[in-house]
Amino acid sequence: MTSTRERTAVPGREQSRPGRPGWWTARRRDHLAGFLFVAPQLAGTLVFVLVPLGLMFWYSLHDWNVLAGGFTWTGGENYERLAQDPALPGVLGATAAFSLGLVALNLSLALVLAILLNQKLRGTVVFRTIFFSPVAVTLVAWTIVWRFLLQDDGGVNGLLSTVGVEGPNWLRGETTAMIAVVVVQVLKNVGLNMVLFLAALQGVPKELYEASTIDGAGAWTRFRRITMPMISPTILLTSIITVVGSLQVFAQIDVLTSGGPGTSTTVLVYYLYQNAFQFHDFGYGATLSVLLFAIVLVLTVIQWQMRRKWVVHED
Amino acid sequence: MKHARILLAAAAAAPLALAGCGGGEDDGPVTLRMTTWSASEDHLAMLDEIADAYIADHPDVEAIEFDPLPFEGYTSTLTTQIAGDNAPDLAWILESAAPDFVSSGALVPLGDTLSEAEGYEYDDLVPAATELWREGDELYAYPFSTSPFGVFVNNDLLTAAGQPTAAELVASGEWTWERVVAAGAAVHAATGTDGLVIRDFDYSGWDNLSTLWTGWGARAWSEDGTECGFDDPEMTEALTFMHDAVFAQEAMPGPGTTADFFAGEAAMTVTQISRAGLLAEAPFGWDLVPLPAGPAGEYSVIGQAGLGVLTVAPHPEEAADFLAYMTSPENSAKLAQYFPPPRASQLTAEVLGQANPLLTPEQLQTVVIDRIDEGVVKPGHTGQAQLDQAVRAALDPLWTPDADVAGVLAELCTAIDPLLAQ
Repeated sequence: MTSTRERTAVPGREQSRPGRPGWWTARRRDHLAGFLFVAPQLAGTLVFVLVPLGLMFWYSLHDWNVLAGGFTWTGGENYERLAQDPALPGVLGATAAFSLGLVALNLSLALVLAILLNQKLRGTVVFRTIFFSPVAVTLVAWTIVWRFLLQDDGGVNGLLSTVGVEGPNWLRGETTAMIAVVVVQVLKNVGLNMVLFLAALQGVPKELYEASTIDGAGAWTRFRRITMPMISPTILLTSIITVVGSLQVFAQIDVLTSGGPGTSTTVLVYYLYQNAFQFHDFGYGATLSVLLFAIVLVLTVIQWQMRRKWVVHED
Repeated sequence: MKHARILLAAAAAAPLALAGCGGGEDDGPVTLRMTTWSASEDHLAMLDEIADAYIADHPDVEAIEFDPLPFEGYTSTLTTQIAGDNAPDLAWILESAAPDFVSSGALVPLGDTLSEAEGYEYDDLVPAATELWREGDELYAYPFSTSPFGVFVNNDLLTAAGQPTAAELVASGEWTWERVVAAGAAVHAATGTDGLVIRDFDYSGWDNLSTLWTGWGARAWSEDGTECGFDDPEMTEALTFMHDAVFAQEAMPGPGTTADFFAGEAAMTVTQISRAGLLAEAPFGWDLVPLPAGPAGEYSVIGQAGLGVLTVAPHPEEAADFLAYMTSPENSAKLAQYFPPPRASQLTAEVLGQANPLLTPEQLQTVVIDRIDEGVVKPGHTGQAQLDQAVRAALDPLWTPDADVAGVLAELCTAIDPLLAQ
């Protein structure tokens, strides 16, 4: 049926058909098809990203108490409150500590693992699978299991005691809780960056290594002068997604420490959640979201700009 | 080809058009939704039974759905539903959230509906039980569960550690916090099992500690809610006692350790009688006794749960009418099976005993009936969620072996004073 229609429709279509409006050109038809194809994605982005983003700014200019049902325009009051919030420096400090710890540990560990697993040795496939498998595990399940392991009488301290070490009460000390949260998150996601690095390492032309070996370059020089520059686009990519991801951490904090002990692991997203969903103050929660948005934007722009300095293949 | 491509593109975009359809108002009989934090099949079966009987007589209501939300994060899930324009008609409300819900206008006044309902016997409600749910003379929620805290005891573990049973200690007048902690420490030393657990505290749910500090006459804050009570001498003494019980005597499990009494992992637990159901098939000999006496004498603490109709509910009138039906004397007696009712006429060992076959009349008399009138409700304050978080964070430094109790409590007051003043 379709083919019959096509046969009659195709020859000399838009220009010569009598009685047909001239605006229905092949070009317009292509445009329509194009718009229809992107419509679902566009609508999704509009409904789930752009509109909420706009609403977030709008809410941040209001005092919105869900219980009381109040929604009143307050202008910049929430932003003034943000500037004077006594808890905010601590929250930003915890966020910075978490992000720095996570990015440094995640990227370096992922790179080391990728280099080790890039060797042509027996069993590397098994290890690749082992290191990647946590990525496929549900985040909350992964974190709950670690909460049990990190208890005072949990598996981690049990293991330490077999070698005569008395482990700390990981989740109850301010420093150890932060270390625990970072490590649990790194172990969960390091496999993803490892796979990206592995792919990049395998894309480095062998001839470069051969030529440098002939020129007398040692292993370290080859790594520094060939490997690092060649995989620098991947380092940029992984660092951006890891930094952005680290700023969005929530479930791990909620399950492992609930922001404690004290407020030592209350990172920005968790603080935002507390204000909006626990203290019923959605207006201030939205203001904290704007702050988070600004921080992510600035960090991403900085990283993107820096690519010209240290990423090969970029102008 | 071109047509085929457009058709394909249109097919790709079709779900959007479909998504735009649907919805629409329904003028027929309504469906009511009520959120609960109990997912117990027995509880839900009982609620369904009451709902079915109501629907049979009320053609304007075609269904009543009970929507169990996890206890942890219950209030924030509820408020998120309200914020998302998906409010339930009726909701259980935790006592700690009561001041916020009652004072904010989030709940529909119930006084007229309940007092005018046929055969309701509104005056039968115990004033002490409804106090938390009133503002002025108006009642905003029905306290469907008014449950005193007691101590469940694993007598097998006490005996194994060479300790007298709880009943013996009560009989000899030795049922005091000091003696309880000594017994707990003895159990821990002899069996390695934990001695005493204040259930749901877990070094986070600090309001459950009121079951201990009330024995010293301490309070979280003054009655009018304006002054911090954590740095009072009574509180310092009570929490020093507890710190000692945890870290020096090891009678209570330390932070980061979990022990479930109902699984036989602890000798004693402080909790509400509604947990008795967990002991139906307990493989050990157990008892339920009142809270131990503290230096300030005997006392009791009651936990409450209210049931209210939300102002922003889709069907507030039908919901209030169902609430009146659900809490009528007849249905209240059914609810008493799990939730001690706030009705004076039903607070008898006989009524409660029919509903709680696991508990003896004596246990019900001493732990529930004798204590409901005089019970202190767990601490609650306007802005409770913020206070909750601030107190938890400020108490954290207390839970280390070498903590300076008085110093921590003084700092706690500095942290919460601005919140109390609001």
